[in-house]
Amino acid sequence: MKRLFLILALGLLTISIFAESYFFRVEDNPWDEGKALVIKSNVTADTVYVQKALEDGTWQTIYTGNGKNLSFVDNELTPNVQYRYRLLIPRPAMGDSIFFMAVAKPKEQWFYLDKLSYLLILLAVSIAVIYYVQKARKGKDYYIRRINGLDSIEESIGRATEKGKPILFVPGIGDLDDIQTISSLTILSHLAYKAAEYDTDIIVPCRFSMVLSASREIVKEAYIKAGKPDAYNQDRIFYLTDDQFGYVAGIDGIMVREQPAANFFLGSFYAESLILAETGFSTGAIQTAGTAQASQLPFFVVSCDYTLIGEELFAASAYLSRDPQQLGSLKGHDFGKLLVIVLIIVGVITEMSGWNWFKAFFEGAQ
Amino acid sequence: MKYKLPLIFAFVCGILVVISEFIPHRPFNMMISTLQDWFMIISGFAILLGQISLFQANIKKIKEKNPDWVFYLAGLISFTVMLIFGLLWGTQEYRGILGNGENIQATVGMKPFDYLFENAFMPLSSTMFSLLAFFIASAAYRAFIIRSFESNLLMITAVIVMLGRTSFGGMLTSWLPEGLRFLHLPNLSDFIMEFPNSAAQRAILISAALGIIGSSLRIILGIERSYLGGEK
Repeated sequence: MKRLFLILALGLLTISIFAESYFFRVEDNPWDEGKALVIKSNVTADTVYVQKALEDGTWQTIYTGNGKNLSFVDNELTPNVQYRYRLLIPRPAMGDSIFFMAVAKPKEQWFYLDKLSYLLILLAVSIAVIYYVQKARKGKDYYIRRINGLDSIEESIGRATEKGKPILFVPGIGDLDDIQTISSLTILSHLAYKAAEYDTDIIVPCRFSMVLSASREIVKEAYIKAGKPDAYNQDRIFYLTDDQFGYVAGIDGIMVREQPAANFFLGSFYAESLILAETGFSTGAIQTAGTAQASQLPFFVVSCDYTLIGEELFAASAYLSRDPQQLGSLKGHDFGKLLVIVLIIVGVITEMSGWNWFKAFFEGAQ
Repeated sequence: MKYKLPLIFAFVCGILVVISEFIPHRPFNMMISTLQDWFMIISGFAILLGQISLFQANIKKIKEKNPDWVFYLAGLISFTVMLIFGLLWGTQEYRGILGNGENIQATVGMKPFDYLFENAFMPLSSTMFSLLAFFIASAAYRAFIIRSFESNLLMITAVIVMLGRTSFGGMLTSWLPEGLRFLHLPNLSDFIMEFPNSAAQRAILISAALGIIGSSLRIILGIERSYLGGEK
């Protein structure tokens, strides 16, 4: 008799476990940082309630609706903490409700699988860049097309020198954690060196203190490199304000009062781009702009003499320094472009053929 | 050492950030936010540097009696007034040294700092922003002057897009038969924005993204050192 009871109990336990997994299931959201659980239910009921147990012992309803093929993600959880959920199915005729319980723990994974395509592209481009840099180190000479905006630097400085007017360099409105600002500062290094050679004054108004200190260091080094440390004037590289339009007003004032002969707007720009460029245009300065913000490029193209479009801003340092290693890295960019062209063509063909897996694989990286 | 240490830091931090982008597990998933916190702390200290620079530059110009020294004085006075008001009575969320200034709030409706921010700073900022409308008009006028084949194309496209976005554009071509609906100005405008415009924007974005990868790699690997002052 005892054995019979034991077998029956085991049977009921197995059924209850099976039933729980069939009607209501909570599992870890795969390939994430362990902050989400997937809640699934499959019960034929028009109204079910999914509730989560809170720390104070109460239950919070997180879903109300149909229970058939239900699947949703509960986000913003703490990794490795056990969470309890229950599925309530009301039975109005009986005046009660039945419920299923489920327990799960979100776990941190070791890889974001949906970023696999992103990683593969990054690896391919990085390997290409490193490969071409190595080849350049071994003496391989690379051709780089002319970039008018960068060739104009000498022309601009020459004009400023002739007129005895200063050069205005605006490193954008981004902080030092913006790669466009860093690229802009690499150009400032070359520009300051040339300005020091020509004994031309350079004005650098900064929006952020971090950019200010980096700009000062860069210009100072450039003057030292040019053999004119005494000509370096720290007061010409100054902080204006953190406010976007206050910064623009300040620069407009400088352009109108000091009438620089050459303006450089290089870095990250937003709504202020046209205000700056048009004021500079009205003063008759020769203007060079460059940004990777696609939406601001038309404004610069219209108002400036030369515009560095997107990647040209990032290629500037290599172009100006003519350092073979840096030129080699530009060849890596070209490989990246070729790769993207091939992927786009393959993507179009596979989509037209009805093979959606290719697009889905790359969409995962978003 | 002056250059080697920053290069080592740039390499280690760069690699860690790249790795943490793909590994959601601790400690990597916390690294980006930790580095961002560090950046904020350093920025916080650097703000003082900016304020010192602001004072030094303005005081020098006032002392030398530059032609527009009054404006520099106005700038310094504004800065000092806001600073004092902020310190004494705080801002909307924070209490100042003298408390919340209930009496002043009863008179002007808000704290002095917030009052000046709302009634002096915001209108000035909006004025600067509104200049954009006039600059767009002058820039567009120059861009649309027919000088070459390209500027001709630009003008035609701009006219189609601008008209297509107005009810007048729709009215102009509403008589077109069903078979020629694609020539209806709003449809033509949508087509230009959706296909040629998007394609060009995406091309710029893709090439800029590749440029960012290359630039970042150059900095991480220490090939690009201009940002350190140009040491090779």
